[in-house]
Amino acid sequence: MATFNLKINGTTKTVDVDPTTPLLWVLRDHLDMVGTKFGCGIASCGACTIHLDDTAMRACVLPISAVGDQKITTIEGLSESGDHPVQKAWLEHDVPQCGYCQAGQIMTAAALLKENANPSDEEIESAMNGNLCRCGTYTRIKAAVKTAAKNM
Amino acid sequence: MTLVKISHGRRTFIKSSALAGGGMMIGFSWLASCKPTPEQLLTMPKEWFKINGFLKIGENGVVTIMSPNPEIGQNVKTSMPMIVAEELDVDWKYVIVEQAPLDTSIFNRQLAGGSQSIRHGWEGLRMAGATARQMLKEAAAKAWGVPVSEITTEASMIHHKNSGKSAGYGEMASAAANIEVPKEVKLKEISEYKIIGTSRNNVDGQKIVTGKPLFGLDYKKEGMLVAMIVHPPAFGLKLKSFDDATAKAMPGIKDVFKIDVYKEGDETQWCDTISFNELVVVVGSTTWEVMNAKKAITCEWEQIKSKEIEVPFFGKTKKISTPSGLENTDDHLAQMIAASKSSATVVRKDGDPEAAFKKATTILERSYTAPFLAHSTLEPMNFFAHVTAEKAELVGPIQTPEFMEKSASTRLGLPLDKIDIQMTRMGGGFGRRLYGHFLIEAAVISQKMNAPVKLIYTREDDMTTGIYRPAYHATYRAALDENKNLIAFHVKTGGVPESSLSANRFPAGAVDNYLAEEWTVVSNVSVGAFRAPGSNFIAGAEQSFLDELAETMGKDPIDLRLELLEKAKTSPVGKDNDYEAERYAGVLQLIKEKSGWGKDLAGLHRGVAAYFCHNTYVAQIVEIEMKDNAPIIKKVTAAVDCGLVINPVAATNLAEGGIIDGIGHGSYSAITLKDGVPQQNNFNTYRLIRHREAPKEIEVHFVDNKKDPTGLGEPLNPPVIGALANALYKATGKRYYDQPFLVDPKLMG
Repeated sequence: MATFNLKINGTTKTVDVDPTTPLLWVLRDHLDMVGTKFGCGIASCGACTIHLDDTAMRACVLPISAVGDQKITTIEGLSESGDHPVQKAWLEHDVPQCGYCQAGQIMTAAALLKENANPSDEEIESAMNGNLCRCGTYTRIKAAVKTAAKNM
Repeated sequence: MTLVKISHGRRTFIKSSALAGGGMMIGFSWLASCKPTPEQLLTMPKEWFKINGFLKIGENGVVTIMSPNPEIGQNVKTSMPMIVAEELDVDWKYVIVEQAPLDTSIFNRQLAGGSQSIRHGWEGLRMAGATARQMLKEAAAKAWGVPVSEITTEASMIHHKNSGKSAGYGEMASAAANIEVPKEVKLKEISEYKIIGTSRNNVDGQKIVTGKPLFGLDYKKEGMLVAMIVHPPAFGLKLKSFDDATAKAMPGIKDVFKIDVYKEGDETQWCDTISFNELVVVVGSTTWEVMNAKKAITCEWEQIKSKEIEVPFFGKTKKISTPSGLENTDDHLAQMIAASKSSATVVRKDGDPEAAFKKATTILERSYTAPFLAHSTLEPMNFFAHVTAEKAELVGPIQTPEFMEKSASTRLGLPLDKIDIQMTRMGGGFGRRLYGHFLIEAAVISQKMNAPVKLIYTREDDMTTGIYRPAYHATYRAALDENKNLIAFHVKTGGVPESSLSANRFPAGAVDNYLAEEWTVVSNVSVGAFRAPGSNFIAGAEQSFLDELAETMGKDPIDLRLELLEKAKTSPVGKDNDYEAERYAGVLQLIKEKSGWGKDLAGLHRGVAAYFCHNTYVAQIVEIEMKDNAPIIKKVTAAVDCGLVINPVAATNLAEGGIIDGIGHGSYSAITLKDGVPQQNNFNTYRLIRHREAPKEIEVHFVDNKKDPTGLGEPLNPPVIGALANALYKATGKRYYDQPFLVDPKLMG
């Protein structure tokens, strides 16, 4: 066990956990932040995508000891009242079916748009390719990313 | 106006009751407000008046509508309440939707499966809304001393034109709750609809995009422990012994023990399908600690003995054979080919197919295969259980709560009314969550620990515990005479361990000499319903074969289907044809028109397919462009006849999802076995379709025929595999017979 002071969504949280614990389980089990989802545990589905500083990362394979003082942003902290342009675009296009993967999709899309304000179709597909959607909302996601890009 | 009696099925589901606090407790200040304003909606009502099991109305006019069926992403949580709201004549802005608890005394068929939620709910949901509206009107008539026939409603308001009196629903809710439930109610005409047929966004949308707890895996309770399972690595193995010394000493671990999920001798149902009944269970404080301890358990396994059991299956019994041995995919393929060449069970025979094949000048024969598939819901199997000596509280994602309530009661030795199942939103179902062994596992673990427990499967557990889509094989034969007329049609199909035959589907009824046969290969690999069971294979095989048949006959593939359907319509062969030829032809005609079929599109290759399953007719066209020798799906166009469309935005979304799902599984996915061990156990080896591979554009057209609505969860998925195979043929000159089309399963895992 070790103590970690984590900068999450603009606040500092202190946890006492095994240093190998992935950030995903620190969020879900220790901090009651369940918006970040468990899908595969091997960084293959993207359901657990969060931002470390401004980079999209898979929280399921990121040991808490590797976080250091980098800023963590989760779906709960992407915007104060759920009105980030990506979140709004997701609602406008009524993207979710089951909804389980969508937090991860939104976090990946938000990171992409921060880096590339006007991505091409190919750039969107490439950035989003690591995020699985089992219900098949891919075409809607792409449309929503384009809408978000316009409104950023 | 339609008059409908309010008793529905064997249950009288409309009950009137006032909630605690009483129906007469409305204060004067609340009456002052007629129509609720958006500001009022910011505060929840102080009191709720329950009109019937489906809805309650607050004193400020806010309405809560219960969504009776499990939500697995098919959007019933929005579309079912829309139907109630329509007949209630309420403003959708003032509607809150809640997931109903399992309550078979109020709700019918609380099940997500077979694309039947809307179809079966259609009548009951409308009656629930119409009954409540009638009671509100009667309450107003009584209060104002006017005849009820003079009362009208509009968007949550009650009016009496002659006296100029008006009231909001909230004002009359208390009195309405005490009105005698009417024996008959009037339902609206389609032309009067204001909500049905208009797009309404997902009621959980805001919660989903902001990461609120909605799913089973998100459920938490004070003092809750986490449990995981260790199961045999191969089908055909069972637990012999285990060593838990290391695991038990690890931090956070509370206990390690063995469970029998179902008890020998207990009566089980079809939804109690399970691959491994004896499991080692690890229970601890946190997920990561339990995951680590799980890896520290060493087990010895031994081979199972062959057995046969019989389970009740929708009024019949179903025999399940489980042979011993460690099975291989190569052996399964060889067994299926051998079975396809041996005698099989004749399921339907019209005319004299043998004679027709004998005199044929041309016989076209082709065989098709598809592998086992894992459902791969993105939310792995999980369930919460808190079982005490008195009751069981069970919370989580389950498609069959009604059935699993009985199984839990049997297994736990608690009466049915002490089993409380709460449904959470499901991170996908696709049929996997029809089989609730994980609910029983969680309950047994909680009972043993005497504590609240959440059972979590790792992705590897989820993917390697079976209940797969069966592996399939089909051989099609067609006999042509010297003028290339179709004179006989033969389908012979089977699978490991189930067949996918639906013998009375098209082209049965359209060919004079028709033969449908089936066979099975026994296996110890467990299987279950997978989105559009059976159809998800046979539609693609049949539609590929019809494409090749049209080519052999020198006909356009749409024209051939339309000619056959014309025959099925005007002079059908046989009696039990389970499709309406006219509606079938309707979707083909619509797709022909919408896609500009027949036009030469430079660099684009098109394939067509059409199918009827789960009460819905679908035709699809896939357009492919080849780039660097790889196919890119530029566009998929679909024509769908599902009757009245309740919520167009959600219906279109679901149709798009079915298309992407079908293309994905047909192209990329497979579970293969080596000595009983699944060779794919996570998304690095089991390929699901990804963003880059999805169609660049999808266009969905619905037939506007105002017929009663049917389902959309499944019907879009099966035919697109055929349309894809046919487009791939146009693009590459090669026919695609074996799924997955675009990867070699031997190279996976």
